[in-house]
Amino acid sequence: MNTENLQTSYETSRNKKLIGLFAVGITLFAVVAIVGLLISMLGNFLIGGLPHFSWEFLIEAPRNNNTEGGIFPAIYGTALLVILMAIMGVPIGTATAIYLTEYARQDSFFARSVRFGVNTLAGVPSIVFGLFGLGFFVQFVGKGADAALGNTGIVWGQPALIWAAATLAVLTLPVVIVSVEEALRAVPRELREASLALGATKWQTIWKVVLPNAITGIMTGLILAVSRGAGEVAPILFVGAVYSLPELPDQLSDQFMHLGYHLFVLSTQSPDVNATMPLQYATTIVLLLLTFALNFIAIFIRSRLRGRALK
Amino acid sequence: MTESREEVLKNPAPINIQKRKRYLGETIAETTIKVTASFSILLIFLIFIFVFKEAASLFSTSTDETPATENVSTPTETPATAPEDDLKPEVYNPETDLLLEENQHRASGVAATDDLKPEVYNPETDLLLEESQATATTTGEAPESYGADITESPTGETSGETKTEENPDEAESYNPEVEDMPLPTVGNDPQVEEPEEVAPKTIWHNLLGTIWQPVSEIPKFGLLPLLVGTAKATLISILIGAPLGILAAIYVALFANRRVREIVKPAIELLASFPSVVIGFFCMMTLATIVQNLFGADYRLNALVGGLGLAIAIVPIIFTLTEDALSSVPGTLREASLALGATEWETAFKVILPAATPGVFAAVLLGIGRAFGETMIALMATGNAALATWTILDPIRTFAATIGAEMGEVVWGSEHYSILFFLGVLLFIFTFAMNAITEIYVKQRLIKRFQGS
Amino acid sequence: MAKDLQTKIRATDFSFFYGKKQALHNISADLYSNKVTAFIGPSGCGKSTFLRSLNRMNDVIDGTRVEGKVEVDNIDIYAPNIDVVELRKRIGMVFQKSIPFPKSIYENITFGLRLNTKPTKPQLDEIVEKSLQRAAIWNEVKDRLNDSAMGLSGGQQQRLCIARAIAVNPDILLMDEPCSALDPISTAKIEELIQELKSSYTIVLVTHNMQQAARVSDYTGFFYMGNMVEFDKTRTMFTRPAKKETEDYITGRFG
Repeated sequence: MNTENLQTSYETSRNKKLIGLFAVGITLFAVVAIVGLLISMLGNFLIGGLPHFSWEFLIEAPRNNNTEGGIFPAIYGTALLVILMAIMGVPIGTATAIYLTEYARQDSFFARSVRFGVNTLAGVPSIVFGLFGLGFFVQFVGKGADAALGNTGIVWGQPALIWAAATLAVLTLPVVIVSVEEALRAVPRELREASLALGATKWQTIWKVVLPNAITGIMTGLILAVSRGAGEVAPILFVGAVYSLPELPDQLSDQFMHLGYHLFVLSTQSPDVNATMPLQYATTIVLLLLTFALNFIAIFIRSRLRGRALK
Repeated sequence: MTESREEVLKNPAPINIQKRKRYLGETIAETTIKVTASFSILLIFLIFIFVFKEAASLFSTSTDETPATENVSTPTETPATAPEDDLKPEVYNPETDLLLEENQHRASGVAATDDLKPEVYNPETDLLLEESQATATTTGEAPESYGADITESPTGETSGETKTEENPDEAESYNPEVEDMPLPTVGNDPQVEEPEEVAPKTIWHNLLGTIWQPVSEIPKFGLLPLLVGTAKATLISILIGAPLGILAAIYVALFANRRVREIVKPAIELLASFPSVVIGFFCMMTLATIVQNLFGADYRLNALVGGLGLAIAIVPIIFTLTEDALSSVPGTLREASLALGATEWETAFKVILPAATPGVFAAVLLGIGRAFGETMIALMATGNAALATWTILDPIRTFAATIGAEMGEVVWGSEHYSILFFLGVLLFIFTFAMNAITEIYVKQRLIKRFQGS
Repeated sequence: MAKDLQTKIRATDFSFFYGKKQALHNISADLYSNKVTAFIGPSGCGKSTFLRSLNRMNDVIDGTRVEGKVEVDNIDIYAPNIDVVELRKRIGMVFQKSIPFPKSIYENITFGLRLNTKPTKPQLDEIVEKSLQRAAIWNEVKDRLNDSAMGLSGGQQQRLCIARAIAVNPDILLMDEPCSALDPISTAKIEELIQELKSSYTIVLVTHNMQQAARVSDYTGFFYMGNMVEFDKTRTMFTRPAKKETEDYITGRFG
């Protein structure tokens, strides 16, 4: 027996070791690069914006051509927008998810079409939703409403809060549907059968047993949708957001200010970019805080949901 | 139900289980749910229909447009079709109304009379007349690109004026429109050029042209610069983003210990949640400066910066999907490879990664789709100049940015309006195709792989 | 002493199909009132499928089809004019995995009662107490009726599920491997409970544990590959089985 060969065959060749190190090194580098990017972005925003960020910033209106003051109107507008969006989108998304999990025969043409629709919706670029909002909601529904109501001026047939909310509701529909579906599927089959075995009808089972169990998942979907809706700017560029308003919106047909949109206009079209820079950065911080908080809540709820399902 | 069991047993009632017609509530619930579920399909159709509808008017009226545009090219026509409030009753666009007024302010020499000329009913011709005169008499200011700031006309106006004067560095960098104007490949002075050109004969000639200049006497809607711009940005973003994302996913899924994984995955999810306007902001503020210092670019906002921004946006997508694909490769495969004497990295690159190829491919495709259609980053970081060069340090204009920039100011129903919708159609089709390919390819490959060919 | 044997459930040439695959072949059997009938057989032989066919629980699965008849109290339950929801009120079911609703113990019991009627609180209280007593769990939970049912042990949860099923006053109790997830002590408690309950209900039990069938049931049916190979009094089946397959299974030659 040639023991020499045995000896060397138990050690990885030096070449292999080097390549191995390189492989691990380069992938680790990628990780470090990405995380480093994240940190530097956050750092950049904090450095730029913290000086101006304060409680007053959150509750005051902008002053002096957006060089001082706060962005309360933008916060207000964003909040109104996402609330309306949620009211419009969450029921439809939940109903669709209920249909897909509880009622549809899995291989029926209708079910597959619905799924196809949802998947396609998820991939459409957000600006196209803006076009849809303009072409459908503003021009078609809005004008139609004006005609039906006999309005002399243009009330509904123009960019407005309600159309922006509707557009965002359509955009976030897939998010809601997927989250609710996940929650519904997490409910064990036996629970439904136990309810049916007691003489409950299908809808009674859904309403009294399945939905209460899935409520956390529904909330996750809601929060994720809200978080996306608050951050998307492209769809509302020409469907309702404006840069400054004399007063806060109080009608569904009003226009509104929006955090993301405000940041966009501030940074690209301010007369004196240097002067408004603190506001820009501070707005960024607010926007990020909002997004992070919402996502964090959603993740928290979701992990609790998973923990329960595993029991 | 409240009788005692014993009593029931003594007098067993016959089972009455005939069908009763009392399930009205049940059917209502079921119908409501089915109807709402069909909304999702309906929405896709609606989006399709309405976006296509606005774009379709392009192709039906293309022959009508031509004579009108030819009208514009003769200079003598210009004073005759004097500037006025040309907007017909239907063609309402609140923003453009105000826009015209502003233009009239600026174009001081142009008197604003107000008789509508019933015959020359061509909305965008008149509008363009306005604008071309405006551009002739001012220092080449294009109308405000981001329409909605009209509501604060004082600031809007001042922003129009002050842009050209101060701090050339900052103003030009943060003001995309100013960069819009000095197009190296197109003559800066429209007046010199226009009268010598002949308007494109059909809409297709126009669309396939090489200049995108919708705001001029003869509107040019050449899609080529936009296509080149979008392609450049997408390519750069994929060339940078895909390797980063995939390699990072390999590390996290295959090499990292649990603690690292628990920190990195949430961090990247955090990055994924950044609104794209924030990423665009970062690019135009900080990244652009870095790039300019490193590469000495002429233009601060260019394709490279835009591509980097898009990369930031798509790295989380590619990372997450790749990591999912790698993690779903069965652990037994890994163990079998290791048992044969392969090292960790050999297993990773020669066994697991190939096994996860469909998922990785899907991840990259979806990343491409996202980058292609991304709007805010393109609007803020690319310089917004419709150039058709392949230099990466030149500014570009993408499809999505074009829609976002110009939609707010078009006249409803005009050719420009329809073309913007057409761009939307293109975007829709592209991402749809990407999704479809991903689904078909991934499904097929996965089926083949796990069931044997 | 001749006992009055009443047929509660009669299956006649009953076949069941999952799509194209036939899971049950021409099953015929009489299940008698106030007796415990057990179905035994190796995994996948169809005993659970048959049990679930008795309260039409298989209807919730897509693409299933039946042939033949199942009569409960001489009514064909697969006839087109039958209200499945009403049927299920007359037939209770207990599942292999005890699955209380994530609500309080009290609410679990009253769930079925409150579906279509509005009993008063005193009525509900009375039924809750009776059901829990019958299920031999009253003493253990009477002080914590409003606590979550998820806090009970496995055996307690299963008895709770039995109580829940009893609360709507069914005539028949179907039990699908009720003890397979339980420890021996809880199993013994439930087997004892089954013996008590049979005086008031007809019980049909599926079990993969032969000895349990021998202990607990009056009649046994042996299933194999979708066929009911033999059906007889338990004592007879276990001492002098008529078919060879039965004997092989019982003596452990396969399983």
